[in-house]
Amino acid sequence: MNAEERLKPLIEAMIFASDRPIGIDRLSNLLEGEKREDVRAALNHLQEEYDRQGRGIYIEEVAGGYQMRTRPEYAPWLRRLLKVGSSKMSRASMETLAIIAYKQPLTRFEIEKVRGVDSSGVLRTLLEKNMVKVVGRKDVPGRPAVYGTTKDFLEAFELRDLSCLPKLSEIRGVREKDGIGEVAEGDSQSWHNIEAQSGGVDSAGEGGGKRGSADTTGDQG
Amino acid sequence: MAYKVKLDLFEGPLDLLLHLIKKSEVDIYDIPIATITEQYLEYLDILKTLNLDIVGEYLLMAATLIHIKSKTLLPAPEESGGDDDEEVGDPREELVKRLLEYQRYKDASKHMYNRNLLGRDVFTVGHVDKDELGKEDEFKSLSIFSLIDTLQTVLKKAPADTLISIPHERFSIVDKIDHIMQLLSGTRSATFISFFHPAAPRVEIVVTFLAILELAKMRMIRLYETDDGTIRVYLPDLSEEDEAGVISDEVARVE
Repeated sequence: MNAEERLKPLIEAMIFASDRPIGIDRLSNLLEGEKREDVRAALNHLQEEYDRQGRGIYIEEVAGGYQMRTRPEYAPWLRRLLKVGSSKMSRASMETLAIIAYKQPLTRFEIEKVRGVDSSGVLRTLLEKNMVKVVGRKDVPGRPAVYGTTKDFLEAFELRDLSCLPKLSEIRGVREKDGIGEVAEGDSQSWHNIEAQSGGVDSAGEGGGKRGSADTTGDQG
Repeated sequence: MAYKVKLDLFEGPLDLLLHLIKKSEVDIYDIPIATITEQYLEYLDILKTLNLDIVGEYLLMAATLIHIKSKTLLPAPEESGGDDDEEVGDPREELVKRLLEYQRYKDASKHMYNRNLLGRDVFTVGHVDKDELGKEDEFKSLSIFSLIDTLQTVLKKAPADTLISIPHERFSIVDKIDHIMQLLSGTRSATFISFFHPAAPRVEIVVTFLAILELAKMRMIRLYETDDGTIRVYLPDLSEEDEAGVISDEVARVE
């Protein structure tokens, strides 16, 4: 039996029993003596198998780790089983979260500048739900807190990392016109900043789930 | 009136402006500022009629709109008239930029919302926290603006307020709630507009409107908007009533 065949059921068991997404680094550390490539290959195969065999669960890379999730088409039955409503976030929460996700790190004032309304209440809710956290202080008078998204956010929205969010300019046909094109330019720039920063924000957590897993399945979007 | 209602349903003046622009089908890059300003102020009037707290942001935007409008009315400054401080260019530009940026994040938030959400679309073994994303209800998208639009239509048909002597106590929200529930208990659903008598005085219309909002907040009724823009009021399914204890403060949902 080759290493991959041997590792597959073991890794399956570990992912199953873990309550948080478990990264390749973590798996490799726990599976002392096994080669990282073998772990990765076994993982990828496992993922494929789950997809091919039409299982009720699939293995997805989220928040820098791997996690078993029930397929979205079965959500109505699972919601009944677990007695949860189709939980929804308010528009205000979603808007604020999107602004933070794309523009982080940023202050409450900067959020409010985009939304045009007081956002302290929504921000508090997002902090309570651990979707965002204070990631630092801005070096201006008053040293206001700057906010960024958390690992829980990535997990909740099934994102491997922040770079998996579609670019703002690709989201919808907001018509671009000569004079205002500059806005879009500026935005795509700040987007690159996020990508650069996301590594820093992420690596604070356990496992870290360092990049380098670009060979897995594409975005489910 | 004794009631003071504060609704967090509005996402703010920018949202309202986008709604007005979309509704009047005008080009966001060439906003007819006079028309939009007028419509905006009309909305604020309705909010005042409802005795809603109009927060400062809305008033600030009103001032901004009027300022832009006044600028567009002024003759364009003469070429190199010596007034170096005078800014040239479209006075609407700044506002358009803000609207577009806001729109962009609004779209992004919808996009994010459509992803597979943990606890809504997908589930994991370890994930047992039912409140992770806020346990709420099954409301379909119904923006507060559609509600206000409908109210606006009803109010326009209402006879002018000439009979000021009518005591305000004649219409109480509690009575209206009873009345609405009575009507609904037979049919289980009705159009939003059917609750308003064509000849009803404005006070009654407003009280009815508030009663419907109150019922929605208490989850005794549900409001849905159909594709053609008709708003319907339903009694919730009995099976869901065990969840009715949770009071949501928000009716509007992301589409």
